[in-house]
Amino acid sequence: MSEKYDVAIIGGGPAGLTAGLYTSRAGIKSLLIEKGVPGGLMAATYWIENYPGFDEGISGLDLSKKMEKQARRFGLDLRTGSIDDIRINGKEKVLISDNGTEISTKAVIIATGSDPKKLNVEGEERLRGKGVSYCATCDGAFFRDKKVAVIGGGNSALQEAIFLTRFAEEIFIVHRRDTLRATKINQEKAFSESKIKFIWDSVVEKIEGNETLSSIRLKNLRSKESENLRVDGIFIYIGSSPNTEFLRGLVKLDYYRFIITDEKMATSVPGIYAAGDVRANDLKQIVTAAGDGAIAALSAERYIEENFRQD
Amino acid sequence: MGGALKVSSDSWQKEVLEAEGPVLVDFWASWCGPCMMIAPIVEEMATEYAGKLKVVKLNTDENPDIASRYKIMGIPTLIFFKDGTIADQIVGAVPKTQLKAKIDSLLIAKQ
Repeated sequence: MSEKYDVAIIGGGPAGLTAGLYTSRAGIKSLLIEKGVPGGLMAATYWIENYPGFDEGISGLDLSKKMEKQARRFGLDLRTGSIDDIRINGKEKVLISDNGTEISTKAVIIATGSDPKKLNVEGEERLRGKGVSYCATCDGAFFRDKKVAVIGGGNSALQEAIFLTRFAEEIFIVHRRDTLRATKINQEKAFSESKIKFIWDSVVEKIEGNETLSSIRLKNLRSKESENLRVDGIFIYIGSSPNTEFLRGLVKLDYYRFIITDEKMATSVPGIYAAGDVRANDLKQIVTAAGDGAIAALSAERYIEENFRQD
Repeated sequence: MGGALKVSSDSWQKEVLEAEGPVLVDFWASWCGPCMMIAPIVEEMATEYAGKLKVVKLNTDENPDIASRYKIMGIPTLIFFKDGTIADQIVGAVPKTQLKAKIDSLLIAKQ
């Protein structure tokens, strides 16, 4: 049995939820499929200070709930599941979900976002949840009065290191260069925290520990020397990798496997659009993801009008 | 009907360690986004596997003694107990299909 929709949106972060809000409000029969809970990475963010309209800031979970509620208000059909494949059937697209359900649709908006990148070093997988973490908001409280390392030099790394000062006794920011990518405001905050220390020009070679993490081995890229750093936890913030495997080369991707689109969010396949973090763009922000979602929705609406007028 | 039973330090012994049959414990906290992501899936498991698998959840913030006893340093963590000992565990949010596969393999192994 195949279900029919006008637009199917894959992924329910800020990009997908905004796209769903726009298409539903325009009276287009829309389905959003989310593999976890609406909000995505946004839901896992402790506090958001740069989404306009919330002058005091808002928690990621609350903003996610609000966006979901707003989209549902206009009739967006939202369900849990994941898509394994997209097939092209003439003008229509058929989405194959993990439980075998087929959804046929006129247009698709891909908003599957990205996941935190791994270091791919020994001990990382084995000690996950035993000292290795990708979410300071979730796990920070387990490191009260302990020593931790934060890996990375971007905004996420610095913001999470600053967050960890509430719990940890000492925080080492390990960065492979000697300058930071993060914005000035985050750099200044991090430099002024007495609990935060920087280890420059260094990368993690190995994560060690029996039952729980006990140390990490760092290599200085200039001196080529390695040393052990005794920490109880390591928080990894070295960027993200896009969730595009399920597309199996259907649309054009860039070198890092992000989806290439034009300014209308159109991918290389007519009727398939991409929005948010999964798209090749410079700024990974909630506000830009939402903007992408609105543009993709409008483009999908036009595509349907132009290609399915007789239906 | 169904749903995951909320357990605490006080009820841990009785509800988990002395429980008959396998028990799945979801360690979570309110500030943890990924925990919120898997919570509905864990609830579904409680209903789907009713009678075969006992599903409970423990708030690590309210019960830090249990969290530290099992060296929980990352949430969500799902631990499978059999006769009071750990049979297996999953760290981090996983898709429903992956969780089901793990449960099925554990239930088969038991027979």
